Amino acid sequence: MGKFGKEFAKGIIITNPVFVLVLGLCPTLAISTSIDNALGMTLAVLIVLLGSNIIIAAIRNYVPNITRIPIFIVIIATLVTVVNLIFHAYLPATYEALGIYLPLVVVNCIILGRAEAFASKHTVAQSIADALGMTVGFMLALLMISFIRQVLGTGSLSVFGVDLFTLPVLGEHPIAIFILPYGAFIVIGLLMGLFRRTGVMKE
Amino acid sequence: MSELVTIFLGLVLINNFILVRFLGLCPFFGVSKQLGSAISMGIAVTFVMAIASLATWLISNYILLPLDIEYMQIVIYILVIATLVQIIELFIKKTNLGLYFSFGIYLPLITTNCAVLGITLINATENYSLSGSIVAALGGGLGFTLALAMMSGIREKLELANTPKSMKGLPIAFITAALLGLAFLGFGGIV
Repeated sequence: MGKFGKEFAKGIIITNPVFVLVLGLCPTLAISTSIDNALGMTLAVLIVLLGSNIIIAAIRNYVPNITRIPIFIVIIATLVTVVNLIFHAYLPATYEALGIYLPLVVVNCIILGRAEAFASKHTVAQSIADALGMTVGFMLALLMISFIRQVLGTGSLSVFGVDLFTLPVLGEHPIAIFILPYGAFIVIGLLMGLFRRTGVMKE
Repeated sequence: MSELVTIFLGLVLINNFILVRFLGLCPFFGVSKQLGSAISMGIAVTFVMAIASLATWLISNYILLPLDIEYMQIVIYILVIATLVQIIELFIKKTNLGLYFSFGIYLPLITTNCAVLGITLINATENYSLSGSIVAALGGGLGFTLALAMMSGIREKLELANTPKSMKGLPIAFITAALLGLAFLGFGGIV
C-alpha cells in the first residue's frame, strides 16, 4: 500500500501535471472559465487516463517497442470517443460547454505522456495510482484557476446552478478580462510564479 | 469569396489559434525561444494543417457520412494525421535533407499538436466547404506562426531582462502571452 500511496501522492504536488510538468495546457486554459467546466473536464480526463493507464500497463509486455506510440494513440482515441458519446447522452450541457476541447483530450499531453513515461513500464496497480494522482493534481490546478477566473470575472460563484455568493462591488462591476482567454494566461502565470516563490513547487 | 476572406482573417487575427483558442500551446512555450526555429515550426504546422484538412474533409464527406459512422470521427482523424505526418517526414527526408534536419524533433511531434486535430474538428463542427476548410487551415496556421514568431522575438529580449527570480522563464512567458492577446483584441472590429 505504501508504494500505491507514493505513486498517488506524487502527482498532486511534486509532479503536478499543470504547474510542474506543464502538460495539457490547451484544456486547462480554454475551459477554466467556470467550476462546472473544470469538473466536467476532470471527469473526462479521469475516465480516459484511468482507462488508458490500465489497458497500456496490462498489455505492456506484448506491445512491440517500435509500434507502441500508434497503439497508445488508438487506445486513447477509442476511450475519448466513448467519453464523448457518454457526455453527449448524459451530460449534454457539459458536452456543449466543453465543445471541441472534449475530443481534443486525445492529444492532451498528460494522457500520452503518462502512457509513455509511466504505464508502459509499471504494473497495473501502480498505473492506477499514477492515473488517480495525476487526475487529482490536474483537478486541483483546474479548480484553482477556474475559481479565480469565475469569481473575479463574474463577481459571483455558482456551481451547477446553485449560487454560492456574490461579491459586493465585483458583482456589479466584474473584471471581465479574467473570463476572457487572456485572463487565463495571467492567472496561470501568476500562480506558477507564486508557487515557485513560496517554494511549494520546484521548477 | 467574401466568406473565405472572413474565415481567413477571423482565424489569423481575431480567433487566433494560440492566443484565443489555446490550440498548440506546447510548441508555443517549448519552441518559441528562437525566431528561426519558431518560423520553421509554424510553416511545418501550417503545411500539415492544410493537408490534414483536405484529407479529413474528403474522408468525412465520402466515407464517414455515407456510411453513417460519424462516431468514428476522433479515431479516424487522429490516425489520418499520424499517417500524414509520417509520410511528410519520409518525403522531406528523401527530397530535402537540409530542411529535414532543420525541423528536427518538431516534425514527429506535430501529430500530438492540438492545432492540427483542432482545425479538423473546427472544420467539421462549422460545416465548412472544401475550400473553406483549406482556407481555415491556412488562416489558423498563419495565425499560429504569427503568434509563435512574435513570442520568440519577445522572449529573446526577455532572457536579458531583469525579471524577478520566481517569474523567470515560463511564468513571465504566460503574462507576455496575455498582453500579446490583449493587443490582438483590437482586431475584433475588422470582420
